[in-house]
Amino acid sequence: MNEQLINILAGIVATATPLVIAGLGETIIERAGVVNLSLDGSITLSALVGFIAALAAQAATGSDAVALLCGLLAAALTSAVIAFIVALGGITLRQDQVAVGFVLTMLAADIAQFIGQPYTGQLGPQILITPIPILSQIPIIGPILFRQTILVYFSYVLMIGLWYWMFRTRGGLAHRAIGERPAAAFARGTNVNRLRYFYTILGGALVGVAGGAYSLSVKAGWTTPPNMSGDGWIALAIVIFGGWHPFRVALGAYLFAGLRALAFAVQSSPDIGIPVVLLNAMPWILMIVTLLLVSSGSIERLLQILPRSVQKRMRNFLRAEPPAALGTRFDPE
Amino acid sequence: MEIELHHIHKRFGPVHANNDVNLTFHGGRIVGILGENGAGKSTLMKILSGYQPADSGEIHIDGQRVIYHGTQQAIQHGIGMLQQDPLDVAAFTVLENFIYGQPGGQQLPRKAAAEQLSTISRRFGFELDPDTPCYHLSIGQRQQLEIVRLLALGVKTLILDEPTTGISAEQKQILFDALRELATKDGMSVLLVSHKLEDVIALCHEVAVLRAGRVVGAKEMPATTRQLVTLMFGQELAPQTRTRENLQGRPEAVRLDGVTLRGKRLSVENLSLSIRAGEVIGLAGLDGSGQELLLRACAGLVKPASGRLYLGGHDMTGQSYRQFLAQGVAFGAAGRLEEGLVGGLTLTEHIALITETNTVIDWGRARQHTADQIKLYDVRGRPESRIETLSGGNQQRMLMALMPQKPLLLVLEQPTRGLDVDSARWIWEQLFTRQATGAAMVFSTPDLDELVTYSDRILVFYSGQVYEVKDATRTTIDELGRLIGGHFEEQTQ
Amino acid sequence: MKKPSLGLQVGLTILPIIVSLAITAILIIAAGADPRAVFEKVLEGAFRNSRSFANVLNFLIPLTLVSIGLVVTFTAGLWNIGVEGQMMMGAIFMTWGALNLTLPEPFQLIAQILIGMLGGGLWALLAGILKTRLGVHEIFGGVALNALANVLSIYLISGPWQPPEGGSVRSTVPFRPESLFTVIAPDFSVSLFALLIVLAALVIVWLALRGTRWGLQLKATGKNARSARLLGVPTTRSALSAFVVCGMLAGIAGTHRAITVYESLRPLASGGIGFLGLLVVLLAANRILLVPVITFLFAVIVGGSTRLKIALQLDSSLSGVLQETLVLMMLLFAGVRQRVLTRRDTSSTPEASPSTPAEAAHE
Repeated sequence: MNEQLINILAGIVATATPLVIAGLGETIIERAGVVNLSLDGSITLSALVGFIAALAAQAATGSDAVALLCGLLAAALTSAVIAFIVALGGITLRQDQVAVGFVLTMLAADIAQFIGQPYTGQLGPQILITPIPILSQIPIIGPILFRQTILVYFSYVLMIGLWYWMFRTRGGLAHRAIGERPAAAFARGTNVNRLRYFYTILGGALVGVAGGAYSLSVKAGWTTPPNMSGDGWIALAIVIFGGWHPFRVALGAYLFAGLRALAFAVQSSPDIGIPVVLLNAMPWILMIVTLLLVSSGSIERLLQILPRSVQKRMRNFLRAEPPAALGTRFDPE
Repeated sequence: MEIELHHIHKRFGPVHANNDVNLTFHGGRIVGILGENGAGKSTLMKILSGYQPADSGEIHIDGQRVIYHGTQQAIQHGIGMLQQDPLDVAAFTVLENFIYGQPGGQQLPRKAAAEQLSTISRRFGFELDPDTPCYHLSIGQRQQLEIVRLLALGVKTLILDEPTTGISAEQKQILFDALRELATKDGMSVLLVSHKLEDVIALCHEVAVLRAGRVVGAKEMPATTRQLVTLMFGQELAPQTRTRENLQGRPEAVRLDGVTLRGKRLSVENLSLSIRAGEVIGLAGLDGSGQELLLRACAGLVKPASGRLYLGGHDMTGQSYRQFLAQGVAFGAAGRLEEGLVGGLTLTEHIALITETNTVIDWGRARQHTADQIKLYDVRGRPESRIETLSGGNQQRMLMALMPQKPLLLVLEQPTRGLDVDSARWIWEQLFTRQATGAAMVFSTPDLDELVTYSDRILVFYSGQVYEVKDATRTTIDELGRLIGGHFEEQTQ
Repeated sequence: MKKPSLGLQVGLTILPIIVSLAITAILIIAAGADPRAVFEKVLEGAFRNSRSFANVLNFLIPLTLVSIGLVVTFTAGLWNIGVEGQMMMGAIFMTWGALNLTLPEPFQLIAQILIGMLGGGLWALLAGILKTRLGVHEIFGGVALNALANVLSIYLISGPWQPPEGGSVRSTVPFRPESLFTVIAPDFSVSLFALLIVLAALVIVWLALRGTRWGLQLKATGKNARSARLLGVPTTRSALSAFVVCGMLAGIAGTHRAITVYESLRPLASGGIGFLGLLVVLLAANRILLVPVITFLFAVIVGGSTRLKIALQLDSSLSGVLQETLVLMMLLFAGVRQRVLTRRDTSSTPEASPSTPAEAAHE
C-alpha cells in the first residue's frame, strides 16, 4: 500500500478520535436512559478550559506532560459538571432533559466565547505521537493504528472496555437495564436514579476528554470561532447511527471522519471540479442520510430486497432500537 | 414458612387502599386473593413483596417480625412476586435476565447459570432457550422465566398477579402443574391474585377476599363460583348473557376479499370474511398471533398488502384511518391513556375534538355537550378536569362517551382489559346498545369466557393462521384453549 | 390541598433571576470588570438615544416573530431547532426577490416579504417531512438544515450573487431603496409596518391556538400524537402545518433582519435569533402572551450589550450567557418548586410540568 494512502488513513483515525470518545461518552449516558443534548457546547467549553488549564500548568511546572494531563483533567471535569446539571435537571428536578441539554449547549458555547478571546491563536502544549514499540512495526496496520497519540490508544481501550462492560459483566446488565426498563432494574435491587447520575457524569467526563482532544491534540490551540463547533451534534447523530453499540458508534465516527477527509482532499485539488459548496454541505447531508438509513422504515425497505435467509441476520446486526426508556423519568413508587 | 400480616394500612391520597388487613399464609398451600378492581389486593401483594412500603402494620415470618425495603430484601426473606406484565428486560437474552439480580462478582457465570436455568426449567417442563432475546418470548414464556428466576433466588413464597391472562391452555396447564408441585412437594406458599374464578376453583386450597381495602372473608375450598362471587361483591350477580338475533337478511357491514396483512413478525395470508350488520366477531389468540393485524386493518390503521376491503359496500382498500372514521368505524385501543385519550387535555377539549367541526370552536357549546355526556355516562369528573386526573374506570367511561352513537362497525382491542367483573359488564352493556342500532362488532380479548359469552362467531389466530368457529354458542372454553395453542388439525368442523 | 405561603411562591419565582444575575456577575468579575458598570453600560446601550432604542426594536421584531412561530411548533410537541436555518432561508429567498424583481414602491417590499415567508416555510416543511415521513428527529434534521442554509448563503454570496465589482465575499450588493422598509424617522430607523406585522402575528396565532379547531388539533398532537390520531386528528398534517407556520414567521424574521441590519444578504444573517427564540419560549413556558414581555427584555439585553465591547472590552456573548443562565435557572427552579410543593402536599401526585414541551409527535 502506498505511503500516501497510509498517511491519509492514519490521519482519519487521528481526526476521528474526538468523535469516537464523545460518541462513546454519549453512548454510556443514553444507554442509562438519559439524553445529554449538551454535547456541542460541552465539547467547545471543555476544549477551551482544557487549553487554559494546560497553559497555566505549563507556566507553573514547565513540564508539557504535567500540563497536558492537567488540561485533560480540567476538560473532563468541565463536561462532567455540565452532565451533572443535565442529570440534576432531568432526574431530580424532573424537567425535560432535551430542554436542559439544549440550554446548556448554548450556555457552554457562549461562556467559551466570552472567556476565550484572549487565548485565540496562543501556542500551548500539544500531545505528541507515541508509537507503540512492536505493534507500530506491523506493515500497513502498524502505522495506521499504532503510530498515534495516547488519546487514540485510549479510544481503542475505551471502545473495547465499554463493550466488555456492557455485554459481559454484571454491572453492564444493570447499566443497560436502567436504560431499557428501569422498573425491572428497580425490582432487582438496582438504584436506578443513582446509577443514572453516575453514568451521566462518567459519560460527560468522556465528552470533556473529547473536547480536550481537540484543543490539545487534533487542532491544537484555540480559535474564534471555535473550529470544533458542530462536531458535538455530529457525535450525537453518530450515536444513533451506531445503534448505541460501542463498536458501531466508533465505526460511524471513522466513516464520518473518512468522508470528511475525502471531501477535504477533493477540495484541495481543484482540478477534480466538485464545487466547494457541495463539499461544505457534505457533513450535514451525510448526517441526514445516515439518520434516514437507520430510521426503521428505510432499513426495513432495504432488507426486503435481500434474500430471506440473510435478512434475519442483517436485521439483528442492524437493530438500532434506542434504549426503551431513553429520556424518560423513573419514580420508584 | 408462615407469613402473618398484622394491621396493614396503605393510603394513596384519599383512597384507603389497605385498611387494617390481617392475614396468615401457611406453607404448602395455594391461596387465592380475590376482590374486584381497586379492592386493594394488588397493593397488599406489592407491600408483601417489597415493591412499596406499608404506611403502618407489621409483617411476621415464622413468628419473627421482619422489616424490609425493596424487592431485593423481600426476596432475601423468601418472598417473590411475579407481576402481571413480567418485569424483565426485553432487550436482554433469557440468560441475561436470569442472571441479572443474582448476587455475585462482575464476571457473568454464563455456564453455571445456564445449567441452573435448564435444571429448574426441565423440572417443570418449561421451554426456555438461554440465548433467545426476551422480545421474542410469549407472555407465558416470560412468566416461566420469571418463576425460574425467583426460584433460583431461593424464594419460598411465590405471589402471582393475574398469571393466566394472555397465555394458552397448554401454558396454563404447565403453570398450574408447576404451582401445585411447588406447594405440595416443596412446601411453598403460593398466593394467586386473580379475577378468574374458574382458575381459583381449579387451583386454590383457600381464598381470602378483599373489598374496599378490607378483608371481608376467607374460605376453605372447594367453593362454587356463586359462593365466591357473593363473597366478592356482597351479593349475587346474575350471569350476563346475550340474546342472539337471527342475522339472516341483514346487510353486509364488512367484507374482506383475500386480504393479506403483513406485520413485523408474521403475516395473515389471504383472509376472506364477511360480517353482517349487528354481528359480533370475537378474535382469540395469544398476544401477537395476528388478531391485532386484523383489528387494525378493519379500522384502516394497517393497509392490506393485497386483497380488497369493503365497508358497507364501499371499497375502502388503502384508504386512510380518517376515511374509515368517516365511513362509520369506531376504534377502541387496548391502552387507555396511551391510545385513545390525550393526557393534558380537558374533558371538554376531548369532546370538542370529536364534535366541533367548524374552523372556530364554540367552547360554550362544547362545554354544554361535555356536561351532558358526563351525566349520561356517569363520569366522575368536571368538563374542565384534565383527563389524567380521572380514575381508570372513569377514563373508560369517557372513552365510551367519545365513541359515536351509531357506528357501522365497532373495532375493539381488549375492551375490558384490567377491569373487574362489574366494570366489564357496564362496558358490554354500552357496546351492545350500539350493536342494537345495527353496528357490527369485532373485538379481541384474552378472556375466553368473554369470547364464548358475547360472540356470534370466533376467529382463532395462531401465528398468522386463522381458524373459524362458526357458532360460538357451540364451543367450549377448553376447545378454544386448545385452538389458541395451535391445535387446529384436531378440530373437525 | 394546602396553599404554599405567598413568600415561598414569590421567593421561588425571584430566586432563579437572582441566582442567574449572580452567576453572570461572578463571570464578569472573573473577566476583570465591574458588574455594576456592565449593568449601566447595557442600559445605556439600549436606551441612550433614539438610535440605540431603534436597535433594540429592530432586534425585538425578528425575535418576537420567531418566538411566536416556536410557540406553534412547541404546542405541536416539536423541537424546531431548524428555525435558525428557516430564518436564513427566508433571507435568501427574499434576496432573490430583491435582486430579480422590479415592482413599484410598496409592492416590491411586500413581494419580498412574501417570498421570504415562502423560503422559510419550505425549509421548515422539509424538516417536517424528514420528521413525519422519514423518521429523522427534528432536532438533528434541524441542525443539519441550519448548516445547509448557511452553506447555501455563503455559496450564493461568493458565487452567483457576488457583487459585479467583485472581491467581496462578505455580502451581496446593497438592496435598492424600494426593497427596504420605510422607517419612522432617519434617527429612529424602525419600520411601523414591521411592528404591525409582529402585532398581527401575535394576535392571530394567539386566537388561532385558543379558539380554532386547528389549534386544538395541534395541542392534541403535541400531547399525545397516537391518541390524537385515533380520535381522528390528522396528526401528520397538524405537525407539518406547525412547521410551515413557524417557518413562514421565521422567514419574515430573516427578511427583516437582512433588510434592516445589513441591507444585503450576509452569511449568518440570522445571527442566532432563532436559537434565542427557543430560549424565549422555554422561559415563557409556551404561554404566548408572555412572549413579547420576554423578547423585549432579551432585546434590551442584546441591544445594550453591543456597547460592552467598546466601553469595557467585554465580548458581547455575555448577553447570551445571562439569558441562557436565566432560562437554565428557571427550568431548574421550576423543578425545585414542584418538589417543594409536592413535599408539602404528599397526597397529590406530581404532574408533569406543563411548561416542558411534550414528547415529539411521532407517527
